[in-house]
Amino acid sequence: MAGDPSSDATVALARALEGAGAEILELGVPFSDPIADGAVLQRSAARALAAGTTLADVWRMAERIRRATSLSLVLFSYVNPLLRRGLERSAREAKAAGFDAVLVTDLPPEEAGAVQPLFRNADLETVFLVSPTSPPGRMSRAARLSSGFLYVVSRPGTTGARDSLPSDLSRTVARARRAARENLPVAVGFGIATPAAARLAARLADGVVVGSALVAKTEENPDPNDAVVAVGRLARRLVGACRRGKP
Amino acid sequence: MSARARSRKGYFGEYGGRFAPETLMAPLEELEKAFDRWRRDPRFRRELDRLLRTYGGRPTPLSDAPRLSKSAGGASIALKREDLLHTGAHKLNNCLGQVLLATRMGKRRVIAETGAGQHGVATAAAAARLGIPCRVYMGTVDMARQSPNVSRMRLLGAEVIAVDSGSRTLKDAINEAMRDWIENVATTHYVLGSALGPHPYPTMVREFQAVIGREARAQFRRLAGRDPDAAVACVGGGSNAIGLFSAYLATRVRLYGVEAGGRGNAPGDHAARFAGGSAGVLHGTRTLLLQDASGQVVPTHSVSAGLDYPAVGPEHAHLGSLGRVAYGKVSDSEALEAFRLLARTEGILPALESAHAIAFAVRLAGRMPKRAWVLVNLSGRGDKDLEIVESASGRS
Repeated sequence: MAGDPSSDATVALARALEGAGAEILELGVPFSDPIADGAVLQRSAARALAAGTTLADVWRMAERIRRATSLSLVLFSYVNPLLRRGLERSAREAKAAGFDAVLVTDLPPEEAGAVQPLFRNADLETVFLVSPTSPPGRMSRAARLSSGFLYVVSRPGTTGARDSLPSDLSRTVARARRAARENLPVAVGFGIATPAAARLAARLADGVVVGSALVAKTEENPDPNDAVVAVGRLARRLVGACRRGKP
Repeated sequence: MSARARSRKGYFGEYGGRFAPETLMAPLEELEKAFDRWRRDPRFRRELDRLLRTYGGRPTPLSDAPRLSKSAGGASIALKREDLLHTGAHKLNNCLGQVLLATRMGKRRVIAETGAGQHGVATAAAAARLGIPCRVYMGTVDMARQSPNVSRMRLLGAEVIAVDSGSRTLKDAINEAMRDWIENVATTHYVLGSALGPHPYPTMVREFQAVIGREARAQFRRLAGRDPDAAVACVGGGSNAIGLFSAYLATRVRLYGVEAGGRGNAPGDHAARFAGGSAGVLHGTRTLLLQDASGQVVPTHSVSAGLDYPAVGPEHAHLGSLGRVAYGKVSDSEALEAFRLLARTEGILPALESAHAIAFAVRLAGRMPKRAWVLVNLSGRGDKDLEIVESASGRS
């Protein structure tokens, strides 16, 4: 989450993630009412907002991360902060700040008709989500609007670490693959917290997304230096597990 | 506004829509289809009508209020007595409809959010009556100030979950209810209590509350031989108001929605979305929203928990933009004064939410000629608010 607990810490964490072998960073825009998020990301957003983080601050953090790392950057947001700034302006500024793609949690394909072209015109990739509850038609629609990758939500639920992967994950990913075009990679996220889960997920998908489990490490370590070490350590184990999971 | 914008599904002009996480999208489509199907089904309608009549106590009366009117000193005021509905507010109309729909859809559990507790009590009652487990989310600020309703919900068999995040009021209770729904959507129906949220909720809640307007229009015609000159209702999310207004939208009756003016005009001191809000997306719908320059939702304040919410139902935002409904506000102290006035003049303790509508109607009637009529939706009763009113009296 951008700005949790500070801009400097966010940049340092990004460097640690790159050092651990991560390739893509989803940088979250904090929002006051994150209905799709579990407790860890809710608290993270609240800390970032308490620190005064605005969208302009997120752009500045992205610029710094862009200079300090070669991570691909995905802007991860609820729609309202972007709407408030203006969608066209947000897209332009996000691109200028160094973002490669944008993912809006509460912007389903139905509501994206006018929005998705604004992002694409700004030369940003657009990532949409599919869920186990999405029938084939919805998955195809999300895939058509997506570039960069298609995001598979592993289970019906909010974000947050879980002990295990859902038993129907391989079926969900297979359905998403059928919906995705040949050259559209598929990433899976929501609930993946452990190397064991990351390894299984990596067997199924092209990418594995871990959020809450890493953010929890920053929460457990109030000293940003400790947090950077803890996040780097977990990320390294997760990345290693993903690589072992690859066929 | 373009014709195309008007015709978009689930939109009211430029407001509304379905801004939900993907996991909820197919279930919302399923809910829309089920609602479209069952609302036309004669057996479903007969069953709902029977429950509203024999369990809810419909029709609720509509009566003149001669002593209140006299104190206003102008137009006559009439009251639609939703406070006399079972569980003490209009909320039961929607809850019986949605819980019945949930059972028809094969759902095994219902959840709800509540602010003042009236929607929670009504959902708990409907769930008990129809035999389905119920969980209600409520902010801890609201649990403290509406504690009688917490007891009622628990006695009715509902599990009440305290929400201690954010502003600890209605907004945060909705956040938690939506998270529960995302998690359990296969088995659970979310009984949203107001005319807000993603499509089809604003339309569905309006349709289940439209019984207020249908009854009131016929009853008022029997009372006065014509339609009223004005109709007034309080607006939190706006379900009682849209229920009443729906009968008059195609008429010349002037319509007034009343928001919480709270304790002042500064951000955080009120819940007057029409005065201080701008277009934004919250809880799945695009509507008028109290937000800061960064698009973060700002805290609200009202003495009335049911009006203490930063967004308004999207149809109200639309009706306001068209100028079809005028939205005004009433402060905490004016609402408290109206509570006491109605109690002394008519022998009715109104909910503090409804007291906002009473205060506005008295102000409005005072400026209107004696032969004119103002109809007020008395949306709920005030037993839950005695402690707040008494402690406010102690201060003054």
